Amino acid sequence: MISFGPTEEQEVVRDAMREFSEQVLRPLAREADEASALPDGVLDQVWELGLTNTQLPEEFGGGGEARSPITNALILEELAFGDPALAIAATHPSVFAFAINDFGTEDQKGAYLPRFCEERFAAASLALIEPSPAFDPFALQTTAEAKEDGFVLTGSKRFVVLGDRAEHFLVLARNVQSAGTGTESLDAFIVAKDAAGLTIGDLELNLGMKGLPTVSLELDKVEVPAEARLGGEAGIDAGRLLAGTRTANSALLVGLARAVREYAIPYAKDRHAFGEAIAQKQAIAFMLSNMQIETHAMRWLTWKAAATLESREEATKAAIFAHRYTAEQGMKLADDGLQVLGGHGFIREHPVEMWYRAARTLSVLEGVAAV
Amino acid sequence: MIDFNLTDNDQKILDYVRTEALVARKYARYYDENEAEFPPEALDEAKDYPGVWSLMGERTAEDTSQSVIGMLITMAETWGDYSVRMHKGRGAGLGNAALGAAGTEEQRTKWGGLLLSMAITEPGCGSDPSLVQTTAVLDEETDEWVINGEKIFVTTGCRADGVVIWATLDRSAGRAGIKSFLVEKETPGFQVSHKEKKLGIRADDTATYVFTDCRIPRGNLLGGKEEIPKAGSGGFRGVMKTFNITRPMTAAFGLGMSKAALDFAREQLEQAGVDLSYTSGTQGQSAAAAKFQRLEALQEAAELAVCHAAWLSDQGQSNNLEASISKAKGGSSVREITQGCIELLGPMGISREHLLEKWFRDVRITDIYEGTGQIQNLIIARTILEYDRSQLK
Repeated sequence: MISFGPTEEQEVVRDAMREFSEQVLRPLAREADEASALPDGVLDQVWELGLTNTQLPEEFGGGGEARSPITNALILEELAFGDPALAIAATHPSVFAFAINDFGTEDQKGAYLPRFCEERFAAASLALIEPSPAFDPFALQTTAEAKEDGFVLTGSKRFVVLGDRAEHFLVLARNVQSAGTGTESLDAFIVAKDAAGLTIGDLELNLGMKGLPTVSLELDKVEVPAEARLGGEAGIDAGRLLAGTRTANSALLVGLARAVREYAIPYAKDRHAFGEAIAQKQAIAFMLSNMQIETHAMRWLTWKAAATLESREEATKAAIFAHRYTAEQGMKLADDGLQVLGGHGFIREHPVEMWYRAARTLSVLEGVAAV
Repeated sequence: MIDFNLTDNDQKILDYVRTEALVARKYARYYDENEAEFPPEALDEAKDYPGVWSLMGERTAEDTSQSVIGMLITMAETWGDYSVRMHKGRGAGLGNAALGAAGTEEQRTKWGGLLLSMAITEPGCGSDPSLVQTTAVLDEETDEWVINGEKIFVTTGCRADGVVIWATLDRSAGRAGIKSFLVEKETPGFQVSHKEKKLGIRADDTATYVFTDCRIPRGNLLGGKEEIPKAGSGGFRGVMKTFNITRPMTAAFGLGMSKAALDFAREQLEQAGVDLSYTSGTQGQSAAAAKFQRLEALQEAAELAVCHAAWLSDQGQSNNLEASISKAKGGSSVREITQGCIELLGPMGISREHLLEKWFRDVRITDIYEGTGQIQNLIIARTILEYDRSQLK
């Protein structure tokens, strides 16, 4: 049955996240961006909300609630409304933990999930993105070659969120063990931070979301045991994993777009030129109405992708629609928002230039958050 | 719960409507080229098709709600053709929506079975209905309204059994003086002047009406409220409520055709060997594939906006803003999608051997009637800025 109505529980969670985002994340956003560092304590503060552990099974110490991509999409929109960099940093362990939960063997769940159910923030990373131009997650350059009792991983990764502090990395690679039979698979491997052959690079210097710590990884014949392959011999449903991270990206972009819109509207009503508020001029008013239209459109595509995942159907198409549409419109919206502020949009006293950089950054990324 | 899955009943209904629509599509070109003829009330094949209403009785509270499924049915119908239908639905005119929104219960019962057109636009007034010149004057002796004026672009105007018109009780009162009246065909003084000649939706029945001292019963004022509300008291807003369902519906008309254009373009591109799969990165795709998928996402976004506006209505929630959003988004999307599909197919797209060029012409009205895209943007902007008409003109 087609319905756009969140459950009562989802509304409660959404409202709580909205409040947290406005009161905690937004005031820290500029400081994090200027310092290119996470403010002290923010990760623990978000961790206390239990966003990662609530949907992990009780037997591993989690909250035991049903895995809900829809709820998570609602949460990510609200957190990104506060600040996308902080939202990603604070929820990134979910990418690792949800993947273990969704695709892992019982042994893998037992080994890794309890850590995410403890009181202290548990850093872990997804290593997906690679340095090549025209990056395509379905055509990875990083390879996994089967050898006796395990795999050898070789390749380079970029934009590995929290890589400076992660205990483990989930490395996505092209599994070439069956090379020649035409049945290569996209797989994920759990790699410890101190694995031989793994070099964790310095913090990357990025255009936007500068408060978000990211690093590069070099994998030089990193040997991992067979048990490191997520899902064991069955492997993973990589399409579903990527659909999840793409949907998460879309949700973040909806939140970012809303931040821009809700900042531009009062500004345009307050700023006067030629005897009236600039919002009273159709040239400006129509940019604002378009922002309203497009944040809606972005949100519905995101919800559809999340709902498709939640009903456990094939979500590749829904996720790619959401991902591409929110990427395109999120960028346009931030661009228009900056234009509405005119010169002030260019000044770092206002957050809009920060969101403009964040929109360009976020809209070319994937694998930074999960639903 | 947020859900976009169709139930088995929903699916059954939509599959049925698409089957009918494909038959109707066979006649699409004929009635486009033979503008003076009207498509029949029922196609020759209709005896084999019981009509969608035969399936509606099986619906339960677990199925997609009434207005939302109505939007999906509409899209499935125009996916076949805008004007040609297996069965011309009775009670599906825009005036019926107006009757539903503004009529009293008694009026809805009395006229619900008629096919009603809706007449707002006049030669000198389109987007600004406060300029309505058609007058309604009460003759207290006979308890009749006397209507005088001209209405153009009246959809289903020739076939309708009656019309809901907007007329003013007092031109000096501006919008507040405008009321909706129901006028049945055959009423003396009501003349259907002619059918309009158009760019697209040519088979569609678009008429011009002339009212000359046309007398209708006093009880034909929809809603029954004869007094002129004070300016700004919201009386006009009641009249405008009609649009909360007709605007998303209008977008749905267009989106059915843009979907047809996308389906045709996909078929042709795939036959030509273009890889349209969803698992290749944007940068590695062909330009055609990237563009096509962009248009597909746009179609989906606009369809969801339509469903959202209808869903709010089914929940009994206000949907003024969302109705305008769905109309603005639908109107701009169908233009972009059909223009884009022709671009993707090149010269093949402009040939009258195929229906794509027809869909391109047919959808163009979507962003104009029931309030242009610009009017929708004005409404949206005023709403989000909390401005009135004097603050944002």
